[in-house]
Amino acid sequence: MTKDIFVFIETRNNIIAEVSLQLLSEARKLKAQYAQKGLNHQVVGVLPGYNVENLPATLFNYGADKVILCQHEKLKEATTQHTSKVLSDIIRAFAPDSFLIGATVIGRDIAPRVAARVDTGLTADATIIEVDMASDTSLLLITRPAFGGNLFGTIVCPNFRPQMATIRPNVFEKTEIEAEAGEIIHFETTFDETDWVEILKREVQQAKTNDIAKARIIVSAGRSMAKHLDLIKDFAQTLNAEVGASRGLVETGALGKDVQVGQTGKTVRPLVYIACGISGAVQHTAGMDKAECIIAINSDPNAAIFQIAHVGIVGDAVLILPKLKEELQKILN
Amino acid sequence: MKIVVLMKQVPNTTEMLIDKETGTLIRTGVDSIMNPDDTSALEAALKIKQSNGAEVIVITMGPPQAANMLRECYGRGVDHAILISDPAFAGADTWATSNTLAAAIKRVQPDLIFAGRQAIDGDTAQVGPQVAERLNIPQITYVSKIVEVTSDSIVVKKHYEDFDETLKVSFPCLLTTLEQLDHLRFMNVTSAWQAFDKPIETVNNQVLMLDAKDIGLKGSPTQVRKTFTRPVSSEVKLIHGGSDEAVKAILSTLAPYIQ
Ligand SMILES: Cc1cc2nc3c(=O)[nH]c(=O)nc-3n(C[C@H](O)[C@H](O)[C@H](O)COP(=O)(O)OP(=O)(O)OC[C@H]3O[C@@H](n4cnc5c(N)ncnc54)[C@H](O)[C@@H]3O)c2cc1C
Ligand SMILES: Nc1ncnc2c1ncn2[C@@H]1O[C@H](COP(=O)(O)O)[C@@H](O)[C@H]1O
Repeated sequence: MTKDIFVFIETRNNIIAEVSLQLLSEARKLKAQYAQKGLNHQVVGVLPGYNVENLPATLFNYGADKVILCQHEKLKEATTQHTSKVLSDIIRAFAPDSFLIGATVIGRDIAPRVAARVDTGLTADATIIEVDMASDTSLLLITRPAFGGNLFGTIVCPNFRPQMATIRPNVFEKTEIEAEAGEIIHFETTFDETDWVEILKREVQQAKTNDIAKARIIVSAGRSMAKHLDLIKDFAQTLNAEVGASRGLVETGALGKDVQVGQTGKTVRPLVYIACGISGAVQHTAGMDKAECIIAINSDPNAAIFQIAHVGIVGDAVLILPKLKEELQKILN
Repeated sequence: MKIVVLMKQVPNTTEMLIDKETGTLIRTGVDSIMNPDDTSALEAALKIKQSNGAEVIVITMGPPQAANMLRECYGRGVDHAILISDPAFAGADTWATSNTLAAAIKRVQPDLIFAGRQAIDGDTAQVGPQVAERLNIPQITYVSKIVEVTSDSIVVKKHYEDFDETLKVSFPCLLTTLEQLDHLRFMNVTSAWQAFDKPIETVNNQVLMLDAKDIGLKGSPTQVRKTFTRPVSSEVKLIHGGSDEAVKAILSTLAPYIQ
């Protein structure tokens, strides 16, 4: 029987993507569930790259038992062609039971190709992964939203291995553990001489003033706040919070797409999410329902946002926000 | 030049409601639309046809009613439309879907293939890359702009989380497009009218002759174990009343989080 949980470690410029560490920590939880069934699955980080020998230490600290390291000049950048090749070759050589990949742009680009190449099933954009405790196999139950977040499906891949899934950034938490350095396995493979794609230019988008994915507190604005953004920004600043937005608001052009929360925006996991004038469409809540505390202000008592809020304020955000800022300032001083 | 556009007819998920009693999707009365990302793929192909000259072929796999969408494509100026339809193809996951689509594409031998990045019903963004894999050709996903097209290559902009790349790739290749790439043109009256007479080529498995174990539900490595709707939190505290009560409630909730 195949075993072990493999996690793709995505890097750029020698920095490990947060989602890869989140997946290692989650894989560690799956390992514990397997142990309850008497199965001994190891967590294995799969690290393709170039000059990345310094990175495995971090991977051990976030839950990897072993690291498969494949270094080659062609792997300096995570390209479709070479990364798909190395991951497929590693799957064929080690026959892992499961393979988890972050649902980043590059992850969602290569994972489908790898699954087609090694002929197995791939579940996209998963938000929950559990070991099927009822079966006597190593089956994983992988849950994901579909139909624009209106419905959730639990997907299984009973007859093929590895069981593959891409997982959205920030749905799982990374946890540092006290670990001793584990085993590093060096893997070598060959690459095509010619590259499929030529990179002509790379442009970094304007420097981000804020990254909502990392914020502790988010004050988020809906469509109706387009003309009152100063209220939102003032309050957020007083609270030392970042400003987020629904697609409804982003469509008005008042804020950029980089602060859009939701299915086609970012998934956020702050301690507090304050939704101001946001209806709570599933496409929006899919990106923020993991916040520890959700406060919603909406003038419509039947707004869907109240179904997931912890504290719901039925009222006009335009009236409430200035007072709120004033009172908050008093407390903070 | 030959261009294939992969298009899917999908339910309009923004209109979709949940039956609170049964917890299932209410699909009746929900419109079918062209998948939003696919509309930009089609427009990109039609623009290349105008600028460089090309034959544009739309391929969809779906139930017979997907022919309506293909007529709309004719109305916008595509040259040929193919409907892949067979009960044997039903229930396919992305592995089986891409296998079937790739078999149909091989009969056409295009230089360039467009797909949408993601369909709003399945939401996987997997079919495009898997078709490219089966055809063993390069892909560029998340295309946000077409920069330049020559007779044997294309330059496009690809959108990442926090940067953009301009990339050049030779034909044959597959591109998946973001909705923001372009707006699909309207149908013009004459072509809309003519669209009704244009033949739609229907392809079933007697034509493709794929092994039953590689198509449809049976050929899908993934299976849906169960579906459910989002559980509703029961703990919400609704505060009605004036701003003062609201401010008090919010501040006491925030208190533990403010240093
Ligand atoms: C494929 C797809 C993907 C999508 N992805 C996303 C996504 O990633 N993120 C996202 O957010 N949306 C997404 N959407 C759109 C989503 O379905 C909703 O249309 C959107 O979230 C609505 O934004 P909104 O709540 O700000 O605006 P509206 O729907 O216009 O709602 C405004 C709300 O504000 C309330 N209100 C008005 N005035 C006030 C006031 N003065 N004080 C208090 N309350 C007030 C109203 O009661 C109402 O509830 C997606 C849709 C599709 C089809
Ligand atoms: N049944 C289908 N017929 C034609 N094209 C499809 C089909 N399913 C998916 N596609 C294409 O693949 C893209 C991604 O779909 P998905 O992987 O389902 O999110 C879509 O935008 C379409 O371009």
